[in-house]
Amino acid sequence: MNDEPMLKVVDLSKHFGGVKAVDNVSFEVNEGEFLGIIGPNGAGKTTLLSVITGFLKRDTGKVFYQGKNITGLSPYKICELGIARTLQMVRPFYNLPAFKNIIIPLCSPRAIKKSGAKYGERDDIALDYMEEVGFERDSSVPYKPAGVLPHGYVKRLELARALAMQPDLLVLDELFSGMSMSEVASTMFIIEKLRERGMTIIMVEHRVKELVRVASRLLLLNFGKKVIEGSPMDVVNSPVAIETYLGSSEEVE
Amino acid sequence: MAKEEEKQYRRERIDRGINARSSDIFALSSWREIVYLVSPRVLPMIALLALPLIFQLGGSFYWAKVVVILAIVAILAMSWDLLRIAGMFSLGQALFFGTGCYIAGSLSYYLHWPIYLTIPAGALGGAILGTSLLMGTLQLRGIYFAMVTLAFPLLLVKVIQATAILGGTAGLAAAPFPNYWVAAYLAIGALMICLFGFRRLIDSDWGLVVRAIGQDDVAVIASGINVRGRKIQVLLISSGASAFAGTLMTHLVSYAGLSSFALEYSILPVASVVVGGGGNFAGALLGAGLLTFATESLRTLGSLRIALYSLLMVVFALGVREGIFPYIRRRYHQFERRVAVD
Repeated sequence: MNDEPMLKVVDLSKHFGGVKAVDNVSFEVNEGEFLGIIGPNGAGKTTLLSVITGFLKRDTGKVFYQGKNITGLSPYKICELGIARTLQMVRPFYNLPAFKNIIIPLCSPRAIKKSGAKYGERDDIALDYMEEVGFERDSSVPYKPAGVLPHGYVKRLELARALAMQPDLLVLDELFSGMSMSEVASTMFIIEKLRERGMTIIMVEHRVKELVRVASRLLLLNFGKKVIEGSPMDVVNSPVAIETYLGSSEEVE
Repeated sequence: MAKEEEKQYRRERIDRGINARSSDIFALSSWREIVYLVSPRVLPMIALLALPLIFQLGGSFYWAKVVVILAIVAILAMSWDLLRIAGMFSLGQALFFGTGCYIAGSLSYYLHWPIYLTIPAGALGGAILGTSLLMGTLQLRGIYFAMVTLAFPLLLVKVIQATAILGGTAGLAAAPFPNYWVAAYLAIGALMICLFGFRRLIDSDWGLVVRAIGQDDVAVIASGINVRGRKIQVLLISSGASAFAGTLMTHLVSYAGLSSFALEYSILPVASVVVGGGGNFAGALLGAGLLTFATESLRTLGSLRIALYSLLMVVFALGVREGIFPYIRRRYHQFERRVAVD
């Protein structure tokens, strides 16, 4: 158990028609690690996450979580085991006050098992999670309808929603997209704190600069295939990575 | 100088001068506030309880029966609204209604079970049967779910017609209620349990999750909730309530027939919620009441009644789009006045 990686992905593939969105990808994530997944648009990053978290059915390959085969389990069962993800396209429950959005994960079997929150206590716990992502309970933000919050706030609300499930493995899908620079900075601070707490995190992100700062390992995807995997600086400086983003050196010349 | 006609007005809404909201204990500090808060909840219930008394003792037995039908349609409409809140737009509430009807009818006809057994058995059986029939369709959304639910009652009608089981086209004779009062107060009691029960349910955390599923199930799935399981729970409650309404109808008319699967019982709940306003169940009740009384009082007009009835629906759907109940509630809590725009 201790030697086992927390998450082990073996030869995972997912096709949409003729398009190989994820093509024989294998990787491991150890406990306490921070894996960053980068790649150009359409590289299959979100699809990879969706297959791991059970939102999409895989074609071939296996996913092991803490030594247990979780391939093909339904999303809520995967959540119950301790993997929580944020969605790239956030759709909060618009006419509910923002903090009420957090009640929904608090009603999940995982959260009930972990915290034992009963009816009536959940509002308070939800506000705790709102504070964790930087919305003070004394401010007006948690009580506003989620629909009127700016996009960056909604993204942070999405992070709070994932955290409310008390995951062991947090999967963040382009959390920073659509955030302003200052919002990215403050959200980075939250993520660094989570990391210090020992949470295992997989993060898909376009902002490579931020990712290099926090990630312990980077994985580069292109056309559904794993191009390179290694320490952040090695990956970013490798010729294949530069080629993936900028095209081959012959073309440049 | 601006001419007097060109002066522009806008509507201004002002909250009524009440110091406390209903959730606050301070409302108890003044009679005026207690009356303001309690009367809209209590008075309609008293009126509902009084209706059978007024009509039955007043000698208008026809209208007394209409009150029972009103309660039956209201239960049907509220259970439809519950499904809609969970994102399941059903066009086949008649499926549950008819199953309840037929289960109570056949238990009464073949096994001679007494009413106090056929009604719970019909409600329970209808819930189980209706839910298991629709269980395979829960991944469908919107119009696809609507179409499938629309097909089921039509399918059952044809099966019963073709195989001549359960009395075929002739239907089954069922035992009537022992007297009017049992029918009336059973129906109204069930209506109130549904009304207050559903309202409480939907305000709870369980209901919050259900409402969220109705809005966007992907985010709920990502929140670690078994969405399918929740939908089955909602379906069980809704189909049970609808089947219960069906059993009441069976014993009210002493007959269970193919008419219980009629399109009417699928459309009436939808129309009731459109007219009354959705999401709070009181709107469904109000809509069902208005539609039932409109149908019955227009009956004297003969075939023109359908035209008038349809016109009424269009007027309400366009004129009071939020629904009558939310409109009344808003007017109750707020003044509206025209003020000149500077």
